[in-house]
Amino acid sequence: MSQGIAFYAIFFAAIFTNNILLTNYLGMCSFLAVSREVATSVGLGSAVIFVMTTTSVLNWLAYYFILVPLGLVYLRYIVFIVIIAAFVQLIEMVIERISDKLYTSLGIFLPLITVNCAILGASLFMIIRNYTFINSLFYGMGSGIGWALAIVAMAGIRQKMARSRVPRGLAGAGITLIIAGIMALAFMGFSGMIKIT
Amino acid sequence: MPAFKVKKVFTDDLGANNPVFAQVLGICSTLAVTNVLRNTVVMCVGLIFVTALSNMTVSLLRTYMPSRVRMMVETLIIASYVIIVDIVLKAFLPDVSRQLGPYAGLIITNCIIMGRTEAFALSNPPGLSFLDGIASGIGYSYVLIAIAIARELMGSGSIWGYHVLGDWWTNWSIMVMAPGAFFMLAIFIWIVKGATSKEEGGKK
Repeated sequence: MSQGIAFYAIFFAAIFTNNILLTNYLGMCSFLAVSREVATSVGLGSAVIFVMTTTSVLNWLAYYFILVPLGLVYLRYIVFIVIIAAFVQLIEMVIERISDKLYTSLGIFLPLITVNCAILGASLFMIIRNYTFINSLFYGMGSGIGWALAIVAMAGIRQKMARSRVPRGLAGAGITLIIAGIMALAFMGFSGMIKIT
Repeated sequence: MPAFKVKKVFTDDLGANNPVFAQVLGICSTLAVTNVLRNTVVMCVGLIFVTALSNMTVSLLRTYMPSRVRMMVETLIIASYVIIVDIVLKAFLPDVSRQLGPYAGLIITNCIIMGRTEAFALSNPPGLSFLDGIASGIGYSYVLIAIAIARELMGSGSIWGYHVLGDWWTNWSIMVMAPGAFFMLAIFIWIVKGATSKEEGGKK
């Protein structure tokens, strides 16, 4: 089904029309918790782009070269989550060794990422939609960029909003969800452009 | 196990400490599966099962787990139960399983389960942890079911697939799409928080 779709179409669709956060609601927890400041959300966003791209590729390889030949497809959840967790741990150790600056800006977000459902979600979507290797690579990258775009935009809005008065019951999660809803409406404007299923 | 503790677990998880609107956890699935009531109920049953059993298992193992790899072990325990749920769904409710798509598997990363095992099961006995899992599962479920009823009713004019509103009703297709989910949850949180903050204001 997806064999006919060019990788650049998947790439743009993953960023705009099928944004993993605003249309598939994945990664909401960290999206709501870490979107208070632009600087931190840029850090988390770039960490997500990196981890999502690499884990999609790793999980694709694990799925088609290990799980399918051995007939262990039903174990994919465990395998995927272990790969993601192990990879994140590894990256954290590597970054801690090479660069202090990178560690303080990016490394502190890495543990958060293991439990970010967008990462696992991207891997599961790529399996369900039968993407090829190249398509998975670009799907992972596009979804990561889309997620980062959404959280940075949200942080910008919330920084401005810190000075305005919000009804007491809505302050915090409530108003953030409403903004996310409006953002989702805006992103629906892209939906005619490309369609992937 | 003392009865007052059991009662406290339930009142906490259903009300003041509700996973969805007080702690804002597990939002992904709250938004994703609530467009049709049937899927929501299946999802909730799955979640209660996984939360209760993984809470109990973590609690049983809590003295044996080295704290450095504790997160890893917890994730593995949760993932094993999720696989059971997934296989059962595929066997008995294949159409629901297809509609839920990746979201059944995403119970693994549902922050509620991880949150409960970390916050409760690691410091409480197995029986109480099991009940706590059920209680937070129910706390999560009733919010989801409320949102699902509102969304399905307004979005498709039906409940549980049966048409309840007549032909005069124009479907608000926005309700079954992404923005409707965000708005409904925001409104729900607003109502609940508004009501609780009024109570606090009255006490002063």
